[in-house]
Amino acid sequence: MMPQKSTVASSTARHAASREDPVWVRVLLIGLAFLVIGVLIVIPVANVFYQAFRGGAGVYWKNLVSDPDTRHSIFLTLTVAPVAVALNVVFGVAAAWLITRFKFPGRTFLTTLLDLPFAISPVVAGLMFMLMFGLQGYMGPWLRDHGIKIVFAYPGLVLVTAFVTMPFIARELIPVMDAIGSDEEIAAVSLGANGWQTFWRITIPNIKWGLLYGVILCNARAMGEFGAVHVVSGHISGQTDTMPLRVEKLFQEYNNPGSFAVASVLTALAIVTLFLKIWLEHKTSHELAEARDVGVT
Amino acid sequence: MSRRKSLSVLPGFRLSLSYTITWLALLLLLPLAACLMKAGSLSGEEFWKAVWTERTRAAYLLTFGVSLAAAVIDTLLGLLLAWVLVRYEFYGRRLMDSLIDLPFALPTAVAGLVYSNLYVKNGWLGQFLVPLGIQGAYSRLAIVLVLSFIGLPFVVRTVQPVLETIDADIEEAAACLGATRWQTFYRVILPALYPALLTGFTLTFARALGEYGSVVFVSGNMPFKTEIAPVLIVARLEEFAYAEATAIAVVLLAISFVLLGVINFLERWNQQRST
Repeated sequence: MMPQKSTVASSTARHAASREDPVWVRVLLIGLAFLVIGVLIVIPVANVFYQAFRGGAGVYWKNLVSDPDTRHSIFLTLTVAPVAVALNVVFGVAAAWLITRFKFPGRTFLTTLLDLPFAISPVVAGLMFMLMFGLQGYMGPWLRDHGIKIVFAYPGLVLVTAFVTMPFIARELIPVMDAIGSDEEIAAVSLGANGWQTFWRITIPNIKWGLLYGVILCNARAMGEFGAVHVVSGHISGQTDTMPLRVEKLFQEYNNPGSFAVASVLTALAIVTLFLKIWLEHKTSHELAEARDVGVT
Repeated sequence: MSRRKSLSVLPGFRLSLSYTITWLALLLLLPLAACLMKAGSLSGEEFWKAVWTERTRAAYLLTFGVSLAAAVIDTLLGLLLAWVLVRYEFYGRRLMDSLIDLPFALPTAVAGLVYSNLYVKNGWLGQFLVPLGIQGAYSRLAIVLVLSFIGLPFVVRTVQPVLETIDADIEEAAACLGATRWQTFYRVILPALYPALLTGFTLTFARALGEYGSVVFVSGNMPFKTEIAPVLIVARLEEFAYAEATAIAVVLLAISFVLLGVINFLERWNQQRST
């Protein structure tokens, strides 16, 4: 690792002169970059908190906790997202294990299929579930007769959220598990470990940071999902409104402070996600580097 | 060869295969089939009537137009940001690098809410722009603005790694042969970035086409003027016109599948070029 790095450094030093842009170009481009980030990202984020705290911290707190519907929306988001993420962890690990550890016909097709939910508009995703489980949908009458509520209720919210965030964890794990390879797992199996022992003692410790990275991204998207949830929720205040839907409803009721109060919580969560992401990127790059070192020796 | 043989040693093939297939079938293929079946319940004429009216045409055209505009803007901005982050050292570079991912982490409803607030007459940015006649809220421009925000990370994150691997020798050779810095950029560096730029462009475009959460806040949703296709689907659903909603959804699905194919192709091209 080290000698290679130093040659790269010295070669960049050698070529520096021919790769250097004139100072005025550099200043101009860096200035433009700051302008873009400032206008598109920093000002909006600052505005969220400004609008939320405009009336003071007391009003902010009141907007957030004294409205029972808002309180329930926070509760709902905190219960829907983890369940959807958990479902996707199981699925993502199974799919990654299948795709990286075995060769079988249809493997490429399956990998493409995994990405499909990213390509489908969330609104269309919501519609698909309405057509399946809604009252006018294919399974609607049967579900009604058996007293099972999916659409306009908690299970529907979990299902569409799981659908929209389906690819995150598998996509994160596949390159990590590919890079690590299966040598250690094969060694464990040949020494007599059974499948689950190998999985819990070898695979999971190897991929834990990559898995956590996928969980963080998946969770951020699950908490923020709007389009798909919008279609299947039915917008019953205090029952099926998640936080993003609550933001919309308060906005439509011209309750801007309330709307921004909820939005500020979501923004804070996004910022926390960003920090966790940076921290985990260090961890996963170590994980991959270690795997490569093992591969070389 | 030994890899292939040794792979079959590991257990769990049947379990993971059956679990993955079952989950995909239940959550993805079955709802997708329901969607196609519902659209198939319409006769050809009814289907055509649902997907091709003056209002839907206006919505497709707008969705396509604003997505294209946002993708072009993000390609230019993405190239700028990737260049600055890879090539220059400056104070705040790492912070800038992390902030670029914010649009991925921020819920789209929050983006929509705050963008609609920034560009109205007495908003932070609107107070300067509205007197100049620039309506950045409840207009087509508003949709382009918020879609540009949503798609900003795509191009940066596809171009950045490619730019990092461009060999210094090529640039030095160009300089030695008498090329100016601009010529080197235009004739040597930019062509090497084309596949990555195109991939980022397509990803942004695909994301913008399906986007709903942010647009519904900023656009005002006026039929014929600022109503995008996903909003139209929701409007049909609220009228309980399921079949018509599904017909429009099938059109959007067809477009996204084509784009998914294009993205897959571009990514393979990208990988071939970089190896």
